[in-house]
Amino acid sequence: MGGGVGGTILYANWDPKFRANVEKSIPYSDQVFGLALGPAAPPPVINKPVSQTTGVLEHILRSHSLSFVSLNLTKFVVKHKLAHLTKEPPKCTECEHEPAVKERPEGEVAARLAEQDKAEQDLLTSLSSNLEDALGSTAKVTLQAIGAQEAALQAIAQHTRQLREAMEAEAPPDKKSTQWRVLEDALSERSRSVDEAGAAVLKAKAELDKLRGVIDGAKHLKIAAARPSILAAEENLHSMVVDLDSVVTRVQTAQSEAKIVSQYSELVNEAKAQFQKELNSITPEIQANWKGLTGKLTQDDLNSLIAHAHRRIDQLNRELAEQRVREQIHIDSALEQQKLEDKKALEVAISTALEHNREQMRLEQEKKVEETREVMEAEMRTQLRRQAAAHTDHLRDVLKVQEQELRSEAEEILNSSLMEKETEYRRLTQDQLDSFTLDMNAAYARLKGMEEAIDSHVIAEEEARKAHQLWLSVEALNYTLKTAALNDPTEPLEGAVQAIKESCAEDEFAQALATALPSESLSRGVYSEASLRARFYTIRQLARRVALIDETRNSLYQYFLSYLQAMLLFEKAQEAPPAKLSAEDLDTFKLLSYAAYSLEHGDLELAAKLVNQLKGESRRVAQDWLKEARLTLETKQVVSLLSAYANAVGLGTTMAP
Amino acid sequence: MAEEQGRKWDRCLADSAVKLATGLGVGIVFSVLFFKRRTWPVVFGLGVGLGMGYSNCQQDFRSPYLLHGHMVKEQ
Repeated sequence: MGGGVGGTILYANWDPKFRANVEKSIPYSDQVFGLALGPAAPPPVINKPVSQTTGVLEHILRSHSLSFVSLNLTKFVVKHKLAHLTKEPPKCTECEHEPAVKERPEGEVAARLAEQDKAEQDLLTSLSSNLEDALGSTAKVTLQAIGAQEAALQAIAQHTRQLREAMEAEAPPDKKSTQWRVLEDALSERSRSVDEAGAAVLKAKAELDKLRGVIDGAKHLKIAAARPSILAAEENLHSMVVDLDSVVTRVQTAQSEAKIVSQYSELVNEAKAQFQKELNSITPEIQANWKGLTGKLTQDDLNSLIAHAHRRIDQLNRELAEQRVREQIHIDSALEQQKLEDKKALEVAISTALEHNREQMRLEQEKKVEETREVMEAEMRTQLRRQAAAHTDHLRDVLKVQEQELRSEAEEILNSSLMEKETEYRRLTQDQLDSFTLDMNAAYARLKGMEEAIDSHVIAEEEARKAHQLWLSVEALNYTLKTAALNDPTEPLEGAVQAIKESCAEDEFAQALATALPSESLSRGVYSEASLRARFYTIRQLARRVALIDETRNSLYQYFLSYLQAMLLFEKAQEAPPAKLSAEDLDTFKLLSYAAYSLEHGDLELAAKLVNQLKGESRRVAQDWLKEARLTLETKQVVSLLSAYANAVGLGTTMAP
Repeated sequence: MAEEQGRKWDRCLADSAVKLATGLGVGIVFSVLFFKRRTWPVVFGLGVGLGMGYSNCQQDFRSPYLLHGHMVKEQ
């Protein structure tokens, strides 16, 4: 919008007519213009005569030719305006393009451009002013000439008309004299006007030549922008020339017509004079104006008149016949003359028409050239504009990319610094948290430790209680073992074992041990060592007796023999068994003595082992006793284990953990 | 187990005695009945009785050592 306003102001500065238009159309614009540009310059000279002449001409003459002239002139004005208009935009686009093409500072470029433009504009303004002046003056003069010509034409026409009237009308003598006077006046008027017209034409032609010279000079300057105005001026020149010529020809034709009419009038006058003379010769007493005297004519006069009239008629008939005869010759000569004249006129007309045509063509060509140039200029401007647009687009894209890059960089930096700060913060918080957690953990650990200590104490107490219980039950078991009477087994150990099992329900070892007790001991009880010892002797006796009996030797005879052996063989009642049994120690008697010895020394186990070495019938005989011994041994072992275990457990619990 | 020997002996003796007596009796019977009161069937009978008793006794004493074999037929 600012550009539009600025452009309007600039253009108004340059074209006053436009400024006037704008001032007329938009209110308060004249104030704006006055503010920006100064008061409006007086409109150039060209405009006044144009308006004046258009008004005057339209007022005076409503002929087609003049409106054509005015049309031409307005066309010229329009073209002038157009020239002004088309001058404006290129400058601006040039301003736009300049910085893009060369990397000069915009101010300098603009200044340079402004300078250039100003110089051009000055030149242009001078040129245009010159042209305008020349055109104005020429147009004025031409119009004057044309006006003069038209006046001459009018005068001629009037004169002719009046002459014809005078010829044809037969007014009374005084009126006739006035008529003749009027005619003379008209004639003088006509001649004057013709002279004036001739002078005006000469002046106009001189002005046209001057204008042509100016146009050529302008053309030599070769300013592109001025071309349209030049073209317009040329066109106007041409049109003016054409109009002038046409008017001149019209005047010439009018003149020729007038000549004809005057010739005709002369002829008529001649005839009339001759007739008058004849009439006077015949009737001298009749006055010149015989028309009013018809009433006063006598018979003779009438007869003579009629005779004269007849004679005249005959004469005329003869002349007519002569004329008819000479008609062809006359016609031919006239034709020839006419041909010559026509040819001359034709040549002249052709030459003028040719010149006009040539001029027209040239103007048209120039106009076309100008148009094409304009089109080209417009196209170039559009291309330049496109290029500028492309450049601006490219710039925009590059800028956008740069912006993106910079933004991303900035964002990165921002993000990284933010991250750093965040990590710092997190670290600090984490440290705090860690220290706090450590403290908490320490406290918790201590608490846990205390709890555990308490629990372990509780557990230890529990364990101690259990151990105590176990020990008590084991003691009970032990005691039951001691209840074995001689030759009777103990009480069944079941109750005590049950008690043990109950007392140490969680103790696997004790449970295992408790279950390891042989069932006979549980149900029936076991024999004591003493009883077993006692029993041994009977067994010994028996084993001695059947010492020889085994799988192979088991007949009754062998029995007898073995009995004999037993009776006869004497061994030590008790013999200490060696650490290692050799082969010869495996004799029954020896074994039995060993066993007796070990029994006597309380080693039931060894005794059992030794007895186990018996073979044959002796073994069978001792089997029972062995079984019992085994049971007792087992039970004792288990019980001892249990007691040891109970002791250990008790010891363990009483000790500090 | 120790008493078994005693029991065995008891049995054996009892059995032998019985056998002996029976043998005697049968011998006597036979001798009386069939062999015209000679003494050899009595003695024979005694001997048989004794022998049977001895054999039984021996069998009884041997019994733990006797192996009972089974013949497995090839199928």
